[in-house]
Amino acid sequence: MTNKLILLLSAALVVAPAAAQDLGAPTGEDQQVESVAIEGEGDGPLRGTVTDESAWSDIGIAIPAFATDRERATPANEAGTGALGREVARVITANLRNNGLFKPVGPDSLPQPAFAQIRTPSYGTWSGQGAEMLVQGYVTARDDGRLVVGCYLYDVQLRQQLVREGWVVAPGDWRRAAHKCSDLIFSRLTGESPFFDSRIAYIAETGPKDRRVKRLAVMDSDGANHRFLTLGSATALTPRYSPDYSKILYLSYVDGNPRIYVYDIGTGKQTLVTENRNPTIAPRWSPDGKSILYSMAVAGNTDIYRVPATGGASVKLTDNPGIDVGGSYSPDGSKIVFESDRSGSQQCYVMDADGKNQKRISFFGGRCATPEWSPRGDQIAFTRIAGDFNVAVMNTGGGGMRVLTKGWQDEAPTWAPNGRIIQFFRTERNSGRSGIWQVDLTGQNERRLPTPVDASDPAWGPIRP
Amino acid sequence: MNRKIATLLLLASATGLAACSKKAPETLPPTPVETPRPTPTAPQVQPTGPQAGSQAHFAAAVGSSTTIYFETDRYNVDSQDAAALQAQAQYFARFPQVTFTIEGHADERGTREYNLALGERRASAAKAYLVSLGVDANRISVLSYGKERPLALASNEAAWAQNRRAASVIVN
Repeated sequence: MTNKLILLLSAALVVAPAAAQDLGAPTGEDQQVESVAIEGEGDGPLRGTVTDESAWSDIGIAIPAFATDRERATPANEAGTGALGREVARVITANLRNNGLFKPVGPDSLPQPAFAQIRTPSYGTWSGQGAEMLVQGYVTARDDGRLVVGCYLYDVQLRQQLVREGWVVAPGDWRRAAHKCSDLIFSRLTGESPFFDSRIAYIAETGPKDRRVKRLAVMDSDGANHRFLTLGSATALTPRYSPDYSKILYLSYVDGNPRIYVYDIGTGKQTLVTENRNPTIAPRWSPDGKSILYSMAVAGNTDIYRVPATGGASVKLTDNPGIDVGGSYSPDGSKIVFESDRSGSQQCYVMDADGKNQKRISFFGGRCATPEWSPRGDQIAFTRIAGDFNVAVMNTGGGGMRVLTKGWQDEAPTWAPNGRIIQFFRTERNSGRSGIWQVDLTGQNERRLPTPVDASDPAWGPIRP
Repeated sequence: MNRKIATLLLLASATGLAACSKKAPETLPPTPVETPRPTPTAPQVQPTGPQAGSQAHFAAAVGSSTTIYFETDRYNVDSQDAAALQAQAQYFARFPQVTFTIEGHADERGTREYNLALGERRASAAKAYLVSLGVDANRISVLSYGKERPLALASNEAAWAQNRRAASVIVN
């Protein structure tokens, strides 16, 4: 009798096998970067403007190594804060050069200013070098282990400081200070919003075309701090960073079916976007991070739904026998652009955030897929299918269409936080190999992003807090 | 939830019984007797080929009809598909214990998310047709791979035609 009971008991106690997992170690919470007041020459209000706004792409910017007050080894660089200062200047130089906007000269071909010169540059030296703009800065280690990075932009011709800012960062976040400094320079010289201090979620691809391994991965906007978040045993697709970078929405086949999960970056845990037996695809955040859009197929027909990010009841936004999929909110959250084949082929439609007033906006021939509303609100990027697949933009009414790329298969555009640059993925004919590329809104400066392996589905997050 | 309650009940009763069973049992269980292990015999050879109800058996029975193919962006069951699905339906009628998944696929010349929806729509169209032929809907699950699992690897019309498919795959 006892035996029987123990048997019964153990049978009941056998825990259902842990849900299949494909997750790597959690990466931990995002750190805040703290702004700090730093000293400058003549601490009054800033005077003067850039001499010639139209020619800013041609101006020579000198970016010598950042100085330090006292050489100290930190976890960011064992060689010391001076060596780290050189690294910071290199990161800023690469940022400004890679985006094709400036022609910077970096620390490796410039004299190194002393700490005392950071606030009072030797303008004569720099105008002798042919520099029109000068970026100087410093890195110092505080006793609490954190770093202070100061960043100064000078107009060499006017012999004037244009802007300065300082940040306190954990040693592991030193690159963020370099990105903040890049953003400061970029914004001051172009009048555009910043974008360098941001991250990208994407899908890392390896293996042959018929057995591709697709893993969720993240990296900084310049490709640094790369991390794989899933292990690759289950196909992962279409990630989207939450506006506060605390979560990632993505599709995983981890239970055998395509389903959208909400992955919490801090805890490394994930939950289904909705408890439902139907497949869910194409996840999107609302701009305030409070709502999630997903598309769900019921008996073969896909429609778009909205669910609170904290869970709860879903609201069906489209109800059409065609495939309605995706969706991208306008920055004010009032409208959604999405794709539908209700007219017979993929076209782009706009509706109110509650699903009302659905109207087709694309009427330019070819097909309109994967629309993404610009963070500035005035443009929509999409995949234009007309023979080849190319990234194009149009205004929010569907007019002013411009094709920006010329690849065989370029798809799934995502906007830089400032709406100036678009990333997408390009697939090679036959081999099926893919990579992330970017192009700016004018169709210029197309380049491939360096990723450790093939890459697809880039999703550019907002400027980090 | 039911399982949770059952577990709780079992735990509760187990605690109660465990308290009663502290005393040694009145009769000891019989000492185990060594039984000689049966000598292994040669595995039985199936003279008829693959086991009935297996994927190989299904494929042998219906031939190329395990898979149906679609036109670009279409999901309708045409006459050729209908013939293939009728062959499948006959097989599933003969082996009513068999459950299966219809895997829907698209070619690479579509965007990723749309193709996931399209694969779902194709597999569901095949399922609906089989159900109309009398196959119990509960035996059929549907799974879309979009363009993520191509069969033919080239980037040309012939390869794409092979990849726009719905394949029936036996689960048990």
